[in-house]
Amino acid sequence: MKSRVRLMQGNEACVEGAIAAGMRFYAGYPITPSTEIAELSAEKLPLVGGRFMQMEDEIGGMAAIIGASLAGAKSMTATSGPGFSLKQENIGYATIAEVPCVIVNVQRGGPSTGMPTSPAQGEIMQARWGTHGDHPVIALTPSSVRETFDLTIKAFNMAEKYRTPVILLMDEVIGHMREKVQLPDPSELEIVERKRPDCSSEEYLPYKADYDLVPPMADFGTGYRYHVTGLVHDETGFPSNNAEVADKLIRRLSNKIEMHRDEIESWEEENTEDAEIIILSYGCVARASKSAMNILRSKGIKVGTFRPISIWPFPERRLRELSLRVKTIVVPEMNLGQLVLEVERICGCNTIIEKLNKVSCEIIYPEEIVRKIEEVL
Amino acid sequence: MERYEIRLSGSGGQGLLLGGIILAEGAISDGKNSVQTQSYGPEARGGASKSEVIISSEEIDFPKVRNCDILLSLTQKAYEKYGSGLKEDGILIVDSSVSAIKSGNIKIYSVPILDTAIKELGKPMVTNIVALGVLVEITKVISNEALEKAVLDRVPKGTEDLNRKALTKGYELARNLI
Repeated sequence: MKSRVRLMQGNEACVEGAIAAGMRFYAGYPITPSTEIAELSAEKLPLVGGRFMQMEDEIGGMAAIIGASLAGAKSMTATSGPGFSLKQENIGYATIAEVPCVIVNVQRGGPSTGMPTSPAQGEIMQARWGTHGDHPVIALTPSSVRETFDLTIKAFNMAEKYRTPVILLMDEVIGHMREKVQLPDPSELEIVERKRPDCSSEEYLPYKADYDLVPPMADFGTGYRYHVTGLVHDETGFPSNNAEVADKLIRRLSNKIEMHRDEIESWEEENTEDAEIIILSYGCVARASKSAMNILRSKGIKVGTFRPISIWPFPERRLRELSLRVKTIVVPEMNLGQLVLEVERICGCNTIIEKLNKVSCEIIYPEEIVRKIEEVL
Repeated sequence: MERYEIRLSGSGGQGLLLGGIILAEGAISDGKNSVQTQSYGPEARGGASKSEVIISSEEIDFPKVRNCDILLSLTQKAYEKYGSGLKEDGILIVDSSVSAIKSGNIKIYSVPILDTAIKELGKPMVTNIVALGVLVEITKVISNEALEKAVLDRVPKGTEDLNRKALTKGYELARNLI
């Protein structure tokens, strides 16, 4: 057997993970720094019986994966800031129509076309609230090549399980860096498939949810005819102006994620047992934080790290627990302070929160975090 | 802990991105950890581009090179842009066309890399491979066997002999200096 230890790029790991998760359709409009995801999907999908479509624009890419998913294919698109903005309308459509799909955003400098080849973390809040109206969101953020592989699979699994779009929020550093990875054997992977109806097509109500608040989903073309719309709809899928129907639908969409929070939330913490200061960071910055922690620990300063892996929903309960026993939480971000707003909301009353922000489209260096902590000590 | 931070710099199109990948893959076959990152402008050719590699026997957290142990600069522009990032006791390898300034305890090796690729091998496309031969022979960051294997795994079929020759030329150029 060919050794699974190799040098791999983050964007490549995303495609490997997607195909391992069962992706059989990709549509998109290539954009730096996510382009390798489109290129490799074009190369690899035909080899597993899948399809790649280059669309006329970003909006079309998002629309195409919604269509393919309705027909039963696990689907993904990848983009960066400018394209992520354009996709928002259809992300909302996938949310209300409950169409499983994965949207990868390899973040670069913004706003607008910004700095195409440089990293940033500017879409934390856009991932949460980019599309209009009240809606649930799952957004996962990797900080290594191997984790990109794992989280892409997880993104597909959650999209299928909860019938919702899932966002994989990468950054240019993680997308473009290559590092040594050992991929797991495919037999070790847990792959989730969407629930399909076990009733006849005559009895099928496409938006009648089960106990888990997720309705079974029939593949288009298998005889289960139903209506799909971005309008508020009842269990039949047809539009409704009924206040009760609207209230029930919007609450169910949100609650189907809320009730599974324990399964969805994930994070990693290190040295938090005795920590007086916690560095909270995500994506590529988390790697700088780890180096900073090691430097500070060697100087006898009790520092730990907390890394939300699910940015949305945010691992709220655990952070609140930790905040009750630390003096300070330092939040370095490659934006002017986005996730720190959530941190302040969750534990601003319990502890001191310090920001460290960089918008020069360069990664935050460990020394910058060390300096910040030495300042606030 | 054995850890090397290496920066390969030159002009876009000289194959230094691939050079960095080869170096990182060679380190893996030597049983080490490696991370390769890159930085480039919007232009596809020209400009100053760099490819960075960290090789370590331990886990690599921070993936970017700050002050490097080894700097390769194939053009004056790249040297001027990245030269200051070399450690005080670092190793600087430049193409003979680059005029480098001696400072601190930096060891400078000036090597006719471009000329060798263009005039002796007749193929500017092997510039990166000649450069890797020179760099590995001088610094020993990875073994010669690992380098050769990594090069042959990455280059297009039918160009193996040319690339082997380019590596050998690189080794020779380096041996003449050390």
